Amino acid sequence: MGNLLTIRDLRLEAGDRRDPVVILKGINLDLDRGEVLGLVGESGAGKSSAGLAAMGFARDGVRFAGGSVTFDDTELLGLSRGELRKLHGKRIAYVAQSAAASFNPSMKLIDQYSEAPRLHGVASRAEAEKDAIALYRQMQLPDPEEIGFRYPHQVSGGQLQRAMTAMAMACRPDLIIFDEPTTALDVTTQIEVLGAIRDIVDQYDTAAIYITHDLAVVSQMADRICVMKDGEEVETATTREMLDNPQQDYTRSLWAVRSFRRPAEETKASETLIRGQGVTAGYGKATVLHDLDFTIPRGRTTAVVGESGSGKSTLARVLAGLLPPEAGEILWRDAPLEPRLEKRDARTLRNIQMIYQSADTSLNPRHTIRETLSRPVTKFTGRRGRKLRARVAELMELVDLDPAFLDRKPGELSGGQKQRVGIARALAAEPEFIVCDEVTSALDQLVAEGILKLLVRLQHDLGLTFLFITHDLATVEAIAHKVIVLKNGRIVEQDDRDAIFGDPQETYTKRLLESVPQMDPDWLTAARERERELRRREAS
Amino acid sequence: MSRLQKLVLGRLFLGILTLFIVSALMFIGIELLPGDLAQQILGQSATPETVAAFRAELGLDQPPYVRYLDWLGGVFRGDFGTSLASRRSVADLLGTRLANTMFLAVYAAVIAVPIALTLGLLAALWRNTAFDRGVNLGALSAISMPEFFVAYVLILFLSIRFGLFPTLARIDEASSLGDALYRTFLPALTLILVVVAHMMRMTRAAIINVLAAPYIEMARLKGVPRWRIIVRHALPNALAPIVNVVALNLAYLIVGVVVVEVVFSYPGLGQLLVDAVSSRDFPVVQAVGLFFAAVYITLNVLADVISMISNPRLRHGR
Repeated sequence: MGNLLTIRDLRLEAGDRRDPVVILKGINLDLDRGEVLGLVGESGAGKSSAGLAAMGFARDGVRFAGGSVTFDDTELLGLSRGELRKLHGKRIAYVAQSAAASFNPSMKLIDQYSEAPRLHGVASRAEAEKDAIALYRQMQLPDPEEIGFRYPHQVSGGQLQRAMTAMAMACRPDLIIFDEPTTALDVTTQIEVLGAIRDIVDQYDTAAIYITHDLAVVSQMADRICVMKDGEEVETATTREMLDNPQQDYTRSLWAVRSFRRPAEETKASETLIRGQGVTAGYGKATVLHDLDFTIPRGRTTAVVGESGSGKSTLARVLAGLLPPEAGEILWRDAPLEPRLEKRDARTLRNIQMIYQSADTSLNPRHTIRETLSRPVTKFTGRRGRKLRARVAELMELVDLDPAFLDRKPGELSGGQKQRVGIARALAAEPEFIVCDEVTSALDQLVAEGILKLLVRLQHDLGLTFLFITHDLATVEAIAHKVIVLKNGRIVEQDDRDAIFGDPQETYTKRLLESVPQMDPDWLTAARERERELRRREAS
Repeated sequence: MSRLQKLVLGRLFLGILTLFIVSALMFIGIELLPGDLAQQILGQSATPETVAAFRAELGLDQPPYVRYLDWLGGVFRGDFGTSLASRRSVADLLGTRLANTMFLAVYAAVIAVPIALTLGLLAALWRNTAFDRGVNLGALSAISMPEFFVAYVLILFLSIRFGLFPTLARIDEASSLGDALYRTFLPALTLILVVVAHMMRMTRAAIINVLAAPYIEMARLKGVPRWRIIVRHALPNALAPIVNVVALNLAYLIVGVVVVEVVFSYPGLGQLLVDAVSSRDFPVVQAVGLFFAAVYITLNVLADVISMISNPRLRHGR
């Protein structure tokens, strides 16, 4: 009788058998009953593959190349499909990253809940439904009696994620694999889901493997943490030890990212570049932005923060001229800015550029980097021939890319390199103002840090004004001068970064800031206590 | 009114509108044919007086839009006019032929649709196996050959070589059901071979497309057996494309059988249409054309409506 789960020298590979892509290079993991192990690493580290392998499962095209996975004294590798099926859902369950995509859209939640208990002969349909309602209540879902009879699209993302955790609990498994369960959620929703997951795992003494790239989140959930990189284990230690005293350089570099701050500089008042007055905008009948008054100082970074649906990206579209406002106006250096993109003159077009979240989809995959950069250079500055080539090479140097990349296509570049090309393309127009829409959200922390440092340097050297749209408050604290807090299309608060982070005036801002997970294992408990206190005070 | 009801009513309205447009196009098409209809029917030797009298009888002296509205009014009363060739009412002529065509179509559909869906599901379930490859190969071979060729090959082997089935599919009111099924087996088989491939491949593709979705992986990790994943999790979400291709093929079974009917000299609508065209029997051509259009549009509207209903986002609002 040993551990609940023992993984030894587990190797996974994919692709051609003679020249395979190695995904896991010999992983060792141990898990006791009731223990929560955090698996941390950047994308491509093999965390998800390791999590699935703990279930004896490999995605299509991926195969086990060696090692062993022992669950409760049973070797999982080499078990038949039927034997594995008896364990899956019953003794080992899985919670996926995107609840919205992982629920069958044409089945009611409760039918999907009862499926595993019925198939495994654990409960009848009626028993399973009764149990589901009880668990929904425990997970603090609204309307627990009724919510299960809805279809996935009728339920919000945070609620779906809790419903999925309840579903994983349906047969009271010994082990649950959580694969980035809160990555797609807003911070204020995340805190509720984290709390609910932790409570239920504690209550039933379920062991769990918690996979995430977010160190602060994992330090709330895990008893021990295993850091992975490129399919290998970097180090494993208890959560406190790992936070206080990481042994490996790689772990330390992951930890250090979160402490990046723009270098201190003189805070002399800056003139206003853009001023919005009573800006109201929306799509059809739905008004998204309500009567916004705001200013964007020149040569500074103004961050727009808010949860999904707060209107951040709509504001970017209004400034870029993609969505003319229904009311109000925007002033550029005190002169009205033409609301429609098609009617803006060449100078205005040149002055306002955008960088997008997904460099993957915003770069034409069939154009070489040279083509992507040359077009805006020629269009906006009229350079051709040798001058064009020189300018394009200069742009590459500005964003720290090797000019040798110029004749490659986006597919041959990494995510961070592609985002640098996106930045170079915006710089090609030699703009004054750049809207950055969640430019680091899709990137790993170390890569994201590089992009932020680049943006800070470019601002310093070229005097650029940034509007930085993000839901990641750590990023805001790192690089913003000014912060605009949006909620439901209205401005809650706008002020200097230090004022917002040091002394927030509005309850919502406070709640938002307190929802950002901290690298302190006690943070979640304390934050939930504060949240309850806040609710109590609001109620009275 | 819910969003779904609005969408369904919108589709129905569009379907009816399309039918009107098609009827007008057919009328205009016949109008544009060169030469004077009465003259052509009566021949060169007819005197101008006879031609004029005949024109008046056919209503050809009226302006086109009056004749169109007349004809349309007749259609609403169930009166499709009189055949120029046989002098019988078009509705009568159509009656038995229509029943024969529907008989053959239903015969083929009842066999083809379940076979196609089952083969498609199994091919998706066992994809990249020998079964999958075999089914695909067979389906592609059947679909690549023109239907008259398939028909002649079947006649050559099943009828002439082995004498299992009759070459000609002649049936009348006197034939019993069993007899009719036996006599029309070869044309039905030809049609089945032609339509199964299309439906089966679409079913396979639609299911495989859905099998890549995260909720399928979720179901696997819940320990759901493979057949149940296909039937319960994949099929409902793949219904829209499958229903559409089934509808197209059902329409083909009714509208596209002309060649097959001619090969087996089966007394269906296709034969009637071919005869009517060669004898310039325009009222019959118009009526058959309108019927074909109606079948096509109805089945497609039906497929659209089923696709909409199969979408939980439309069926259950927020």
